Amino acid sequence: MTETYIGAPIRRREDVRFLTGRAKFVDDVKVPQMLHAAILRSSHAHARIKSIKITNALAIPGVVDVITFEDIAPLAKPIPIRTYALPGLERYLQYPLAREKVRYVGEPIAVAVAETRYVAEDALDAIDVTYEVLPAVVSVHEALRDEVLVHEENGTNLAARYSISIGDVETAFRQAEYTRREEFKVHRHTGNPLETRGLLASYDSGRGELTVWGPTKVPHINRAFLSSFLSLPEQKIHFIEPDVGGGFGIRGEFYPEDFLIPFAAIKLGRPVKWIEDRREHLMAANHSRDVWCDAEIAARRDGTLLGLRAKLYGDMGGYIRTHGGIVPASTAALLPGPYRIPAFECAVHCIMTNKTGLGTLRAPGRYESCFIRERLLDMVAADLNIDPAELRLKNLIQPTEMPYVLGVTRRGESPTVFDSGDYPMALKRALEKIGYGELRQRQGRYEEGKYHGIGIGCYVKNTGRGPFECARVEVRSGNSIAVYVGLASLGQGHETTMAQICADTLGVPIEQITVFHGNTDYLPFGGGTNASRGTVMGGNAVYLAAQEVKRKVLTIAGSYLGMAPSDLELRDGQVHGKGAETEKPLLSLEDVVPLAAPTSRFNPLEPGLDATAYFKSDKLTYTYGTHVAHVAVDPETGKVEVLRYVAVEDVGRCVNPLLLHGQIVGGVAQGIGATLLEDLVYSENGQLLTTTFMDYLLPTSTVVPPIEAIILEEAPSTLNPLGVKGGGEETSLATGATLANAVANALVSFGVKATELPLSHNRVREWIRGRK
Amino acid sequence: MKPAPFEYFAPQNLPEALELLEQYGEEAKILAGGQSLMPLMNLRLARPKVVIDINRLSELQYIAPGSNGDLAVGALTRQRTVERSDFVQRENPLLAATIPLVSHAQIRNRGTIGGRIAHADPAAELPALSVALGAEFTARSARGQRVIQSQDFFLGYMTTALQPTELLTEIHIPAWDPGFGWAVGEVSRREGDFALVGAIVLLRLDENGACENARIVLFGVGAAPVRMRKAEEMLRGRRADGKAIAEAAGIVSEDLQPDSDLHASAEYRKEVGGTLTRRSLVEAISRAREATKR
Amino acid sequence: MSRKHNIIVTVNGKTYERSVEPRMTLVDLLRDELALTGTHVGCEHGVCGACTILMDGEAIRSCLTLAVQADGGHLMTVEGLAKPEELHPLQKAFQERHALQCGFCTPGFLMTAYAFLEETPAPTEAQVREAISGNICRCTGYLPIIQAILEAAPIIRSASQER
Repeated sequence: MTETYIGAPIRRREDVRFLTGRAKFVDDVKVPQMLHAAILRSSHAHARIKSIKITNALAIPGVVDVITFEDIAPLAKPIPIRTYALPGLERYLQYPLAREKVRYVGEPIAVAVAETRYVAEDALDAIDVTYEVLPAVVSVHEALRDEVLVHEENGTNLAARYSISIGDVETAFRQAEYTRREEFKVHRHTGNPLETRGLLASYDSGRGELTVWGPTKVPHINRAFLSSFLSLPEQKIHFIEPDVGGGFGIRGEFYPEDFLIPFAAIKLGRPVKWIEDRREHLMAANHSRDVWCDAEIAARRDGTLLGLRAKLYGDMGGYIRTHGGIVPASTAALLPGPYRIPAFECAVHCIMTNKTGLGTLRAPGRYESCFIRERLLDMVAADLNIDPAELRLKNLIQPTEMPYVLGVTRRGESPTVFDSGDYPMALKRALEKIGYGELRQRQGRYEEGKYHGIGIGCYVKNTGRGPFECARVEVRSGNSIAVYVGLASLGQGHETTMAQICADTLGVPIEQITVFHGNTDYLPFGGGTNASRGTVMGGNAVYLAAQEVKRKVLTIAGSYLGMAPSDLELRDGQVHGKGAETEKPLLSLEDVVPLAAPTSRFNPLEPGLDATAYFKSDKLTYTYGTHVAHVAVDPETGKVEVLRYVAVEDVGRCVNPLLLHGQIVGGVAQGIGATLLEDLVYSENGQLLTTTFMDYLLPTSTVVPPIEAIILEEAPSTLNPLGVKGGGEETSLATGATLANAVANALVSFGVKATELPLSHNRVREWIRGRK
Repeated sequence: MKPAPFEYFAPQNLPEALELLEQYGEEAKILAGGQSLMPLMNLRLARPKVVIDINRLSELQYIAPGSNGDLAVGALTRQRTVERSDFVQRENPLLAATIPLVSHAQIRNRGTIGGRIAHADPAAELPALSVALGAEFTARSARGQRVIQSQDFFLGYMTTALQPTELLTEIHIPAWDPGFGWAVGEVSRREGDFALVGAIVLLRLDENGACENARIVLFGVGAAPVRMRKAEEMLRGRRADGKAIAEAAGIVSEDLQPDSDLHASAEYRKEVGGTLTRRSLVEAISRAREATKR
Repeated sequence: MSRKHNIIVTVNGKTYERSVEPRMTLVDLLRDELALTGTHVGCEHGVCGACTILMDGEAIRSCLTLAVQADGGHLMTVEGLAKPEELHPLQKAFQERHALQCGFCTPGFLMTAYAFLEETPAPTEAQVREAISGNICRCTGYLPIIQAILEAAPIIRSASQER
């Protein structure tokens, strides 16, 4: 396979429509007779609903309907868990509308549908709900006491618990020369894509077919859910993915609205559009991270790590969502990180509280575990008087140990095995780039009113989650080649990367290729986009499909030319004799198209120059890297300024370095914002205090430092034909760890432990004040 | 997040606007730049029955230098206009330095001086600035007009001395004393945000280097901008040295009674109020020294 | 329901006459009444900048402006940036520098940058960084956007000198 495109920094082909305002996000899609929905959401964290009076709302001119649980009751059932269905969690599921009780501020109670969104919101104002307010439980510690029960029928707020255990932790800790135990708290925050959620549902009652614009991330899976809810066959449901304004893990739940809006369209016989506003988004879309961890590490005096044990508590909110226990489970699964720690034990607890449900956010659980572990490592380094970089180099898994079997760290799954990697190399490159040798002398130094610190964070992340992906490559006349892939787009640039892979594999100019994704009608099965699986799963599926089409082309061409296919090759869209570099092509790809027609006598295979392929994998690839940051902390104001940030990442093989570089810069910026600024804060009675961008603070251009990204391709994956690993989520996961280590090092003279996030002005100042 | 329904008027001149205010009073809200009011209306936290859009009152858009170096600014003047004004850049360095701290350029393009002051957010820069400069406000109603001193204007959290039937029409800034040393500083979580804590300092030094006429105003530390009179008193006649500065900062810290909110605790604001005072005093004194040399 | 008001707005050189409720925001007028969906809604409280357009030459938040306030105004949206045959230098630079990923914030940044470069044709990096600090991007981390604006600036300068 010639490699003109794979590995090249190809500019994105989809950009022009975004630059000229011609993209079509879901709110840009308009259909005739469209109605608008607004959701009435609970203003209490925990309450019984005594009554809902809708007559005043219905009387407003332009209001068409108000839907409550009564209306959906015949079809209503709890939204199931799609993944990480830890035993016990299934008792805490959410119905699409509240029945009798609300369990978090923002829980949907009713849907108002009107001619405009303005009038729909007027209807919400006129709906009269009588609540019997109940005490709310808002912390994991409180919830564990089981005094206030979020779901009384289950008798406890402890929804699930399990343990994982590798090696002999008892002995390791008993025999260790040194141990250190700390409590860590990772704050609740969320992804805030700039485009909020939205759906437009249109039902053709004549044919009994439903079309929905807006579903994304896992359209095939969600279509199956909806089909089950509505008792409508999957083939009669068409999900169309428009352009999507970012995801970061927030999309792709089966949220209550994913049922409610199609339901409304069917009930009312007119298309219904719902566009979430930002205040709703902050209280209704996935929250994430919120974990508390009691962790202990054991080592020899020379810094060799012996054991790690932890008790982990995930604050799950009022209901378990489709991602089940992913946040605490994923925190536990990679807690040891890229290090050789022979004994590891973790008890995982999922606790219910009166908050929004916990779901995925970029690298769920990995940001958290990286923070916990890397902070512990720096504490070990400080206690044992070993340089933090040296301590890491001593304990990082070596390339000679690959593939490294960690063991079973996800309940009920196969053992975690790191496929390939040179972890020490990534660390060394990062240290080199930031000039660690010189820079470390400034650790903890006070210069011109600020304390300087350098922090390191090493990580490994599973990517390329299977079990399968589907792709179809189709060649038609006019040199038009279509690639259909079962991924969804959230802005990553699949339309370019998948085209690169197809172009190189098939041997055609990239300009001839168009990539289609997201619509459930394109392919019978699709895995969607999540868990950084796009390049690995989608890319390899495209590779296999393109290979198959090439084989067909050469077989048919051979049949026509009276030559063996093995004597032919496809280059730049032309069929050449193999090895005949300078001679004219024998046939163009365009010529072969009619030769593949159903009536052609030159085609010994299935008609059509197309192929559908499935790439299956039950193994995960492991992307890894190291971040290093230099910060300056103003001790009087608690302000943390990031002076430099270096991010080294190895994706095995990089399809498009321009795009990956963009992901790294974007991911690091996101992570810096999350670590310094963002926080979803609840009051004592469960009111979400951060419901606008005035209070939930996102990073702006003045917060982002110079970010130096280095992409390595030292360790291609052995698990797929392209040798790729995933990229996208891991770019932000080490930011909490790296910045917390930098701040702790800067403030070493104050003995700051930095075991809690975010690193806000107020918190940093509190740490300093407490230690003076 | 769409506003609740309202009746809308766009008066063509000031008398018309005042008549409407007289008629609707409590039920009406003035729409100037809209940068503070519109978010509240979109969130339905403000639901006025009537909106009086005063953007056609061009007679309220002016920057008029007075005969003795004072400055009259029409309430409807856009913040960006003041920012770009040559006169302001030359004649009032503190005003020139403070305006760019207000939010972001797009907000300042529409936001007005009067609007920001009448909105009276305790963490905003312009109310504190007006108190530090000793500005006076002209308030007009259909029945007459009056002048309100800035120190009497800000009564509490987003509450001013304006009556429901009154419109703020002019901000009058006394002449700038070229002998002034000045400084404005704030701590905010991101640039352009409302301040967690902010300080504005103005002072003069006499020929012996002693403080005269110090004004220390803190914002973000309570329901309204606070003038730190005890610290100002303490500085009067004192040599402007490190000891005096530290003492003044200490008094400010002690005197402050700020609130806690989700961004910062009361303790944080007390401490940082003192820190900012100290840093601003250092800067202001250095500028004052430069000024006395000239 | 309150009385509707007749307004006339000129957008990207084309004049429209509409009758609107006073509470309709300018961004909704553009998107729903005029089918100019390039301008986006991200927060509806003036923080994210996705709704930024030019009104009478100034960059403003169209989510904080009522449609009735645009009566008689001359507006420019992202749809008016490119010439029919050619992208604007800013648009080209954004593509070149990979200054967009999901593309949702992009129109707001383009309009902000356009207005900024009109006023400050030869900016420093620090000035660009500050100029875009009122716009939020969740995907790119801003650095490529800053690079794109710096790259476009001299091209725009020389093009305007030629005129």
